[in-house]
Amino acid sequence: MGDSGTAIDGAVRDWGTLRERYCARMQRGAALAKDKVVAPDDVVALLEAVIEPGDRLCIEGNNQKHADFLAECLAEVSPERVHDLHIIQSNIALAPHLDVFERGIAERLDFCYSGPQGLRLSRLVKEGRLKVGAIHTYLELYGRYFCDLTPNVSFIAADAADHEGNLYTGPNTEDTPAIVEATAFKSGILIAQVNRIVDRVPRVDVPGDWVSFVVEAPRPYYIEPIFTRDPAAITEVQILMAMMVIRGIYEKYGVARLNHGIGFDTAAIELILPTYAADLGLRGKICKYMSVNPCPTLIPAIESGFVEGIHCAGSELGMENYVSERSDVFFTGRDGSMRSNRIFCQIAGHYSDLFIGSTLQIDLEGNSSTATLSRITGFGGAPNFGSESRARRHGSESWLMAGREAHRGNGMPRGRKLVVQIVESFREGLSSTFVERLDAWKLQESFGLPLPPVMVYGDDLTHIVTEEGIANLLLCDGPEEREQAIRGVAGYTEVGMARDPEMVRRLRAKGAVSYPEDLGVDKRLATRDLLAARSIKDLVRWSGGLYDPPARFRNW
Amino acid sequence: MEHLEFSFDHGSMAPANDFAHAGVVGSGNLEVLLERAELSGRCEAVVDTAIRGYERTWHKVLSDFVTRQGLADVRISINDGGATPAVVCLRLDQAAADLKGAPA
Repeated sequence: MGDSGTAIDGAVRDWGTLRERYCARMQRGAALAKDKVVAPDDVVALLEAVIEPGDRLCIEGNNQKHADFLAECLAEVSPERVHDLHIIQSNIALAPHLDVFERGIAERLDFCYSGPQGLRLSRLVKEGRLKVGAIHTYLELYGRYFCDLTPNVSFIAADAADHEGNLYTGPNTEDTPAIVEATAFKSGILIAQVNRIVDRVPRVDVPGDWVSFVVEAPRPYYIEPIFTRDPAAITEVQILMAMMVIRGIYEKYGVARLNHGIGFDTAAIELILPTYAADLGLRGKICKYMSVNPCPTLIPAIESGFVEGIHCAGSELGMENYVSERSDVFFTGRDGSMRSNRIFCQIAGHYSDLFIGSTLQIDLEGNSSTATLSRITGFGGAPNFGSESRARRHGSESWLMAGREAHRGNGMPRGRKLVVQIVESFREGLSSTFVERLDAWKLQESFGLPLPPVMVYGDDLTHIVTEEGIANLLLCDGPEEREQAIRGVAGYTEVGMARDPEMVRRLRAKGAVSYPEDLGVDKRLATRDLLAARSIKDLVRWSGGLYDPPARFRNW
Repeated sequence: MEHLEFSFDHGSMAPANDFAHAGVVGSGNLEVLLERAELSGRCEAVVDTAIRGYERTWHKVLSDFVTRQGLADVRISINDGGATPAVVCLRLDQAAADLKGAPA
């Protein structure tokens, strides 16, 4: 008798409304499809047929690949037929993502990260045309897909599909599994844009019976090489900070499993592993397993035997062949290409020994944020990677040592994940990284957010690395010491110059503040000669010609 | 351009070498020359900088440097192309290590 007709207290409730609605949507949509395949010109009509007012809708789009053709089609539907949508997606990056709010098709937004659309997003909020539910972390939003924000309709992007709807995502699987699982198994409509329709896909990443409709987009999905950093732009101050990280943190704690954020600061660390860290005898002791995208600046560390295993949230343009030829290091499919998955990468990083990343502002409690006054950006993966993993139970040298420093024999022995922010005291334009009060507070006010948008909370943070030195917050007793340890590495900013020199001296004596000379770091080595690769071309050479950088990074 | 001059009380360590040089003049960079000089134990500094208005920061950076390195009888000459204090400190310390002849 199916789902319906169960009686509770005499009332008859229909338990299959979602499924019934799915069948009705599919029936309307099937009129425009041949099997599962819809022609590109019919997609706007398809969306008007299957989307219902008030639907929760997710457009796949992340740091890299985007279901951009479907996003453009959604922006073209009639607002009379499709309206009041609640958009629930990780990334707001493309103009059509916000066109749907300008045109009155969507009204609510729950998301993780906005990037280049941040200014326009804040204007739409001010004009009252877009209501922000919350700015989530990735894992948090995916979690809500399986809880109170399950999509009714999702658009995803894949490399190829066959006629039964089996999908091949290629190396950029990223968010696809999370979106697909939540949508397909709660009676949602799943529409995939693919670069090509083929007779047989190289590997099945999404089974065809989970997919409602497939369209071969007029052009390949949009993809961005956001993890590529040109070694030519790495400064000597960044090299100095990288040396301090290796001696003062990686060597000290024996950090074997970690996550690197993106940016030149962490690229500098990666590029001195084969030189500086190798000379210190640290090969096989640090940086063995990483949760990070295949950043080209990792190539020398892989080739020289430092990094043994890497799981990726997504791929990186130009790294496909290199990754494919290093299947002992990367996770790859039977077809030879990489398999990525943002959720698993986030989980691996969350339970590893260390996160290190950069930020724009840090306050005197150690709270940090990349949110600045004029734009809503969000944080992507950093808050999940960059938080203490309180549920962790397995030991490691690093985790146990950090736990001893944090608890110092008081109460139940615990381990501690290392959460590190690496910053120069002044950013470009001589604005200070260290502030008494984060811009996040004003942002909360202007956008009516439930809390100030903080990226990494101060009580999750264990170390701050600047050009001046390292503050080890685990060794600070109380908020006053914590504040002075932060001031003690804040350089010649107002915050740094207002330090209490006597207290900083005491903190230095107990290791809560360390300067290069305390760490055995010789500043004379902080030159670009220390980089294992000094240009993109050097990276290509290290890869034996397997790395194929995008045209914009080729300057030879 | 701005021309600044500073003088600092003497420290303890007379340099091992006659001079040391670090860095290049360029945007966001600077050139530092340290020379042994008879200054009755004092250190003197001249700064030519492309950016005006940072006299207080220069004084603090240089005073900290002389104290940190314990230098005496050293003349410091700087040509600055708008370096951040981070770069200035790095160059000063690199030059000081060479001037002292400390092992690498």
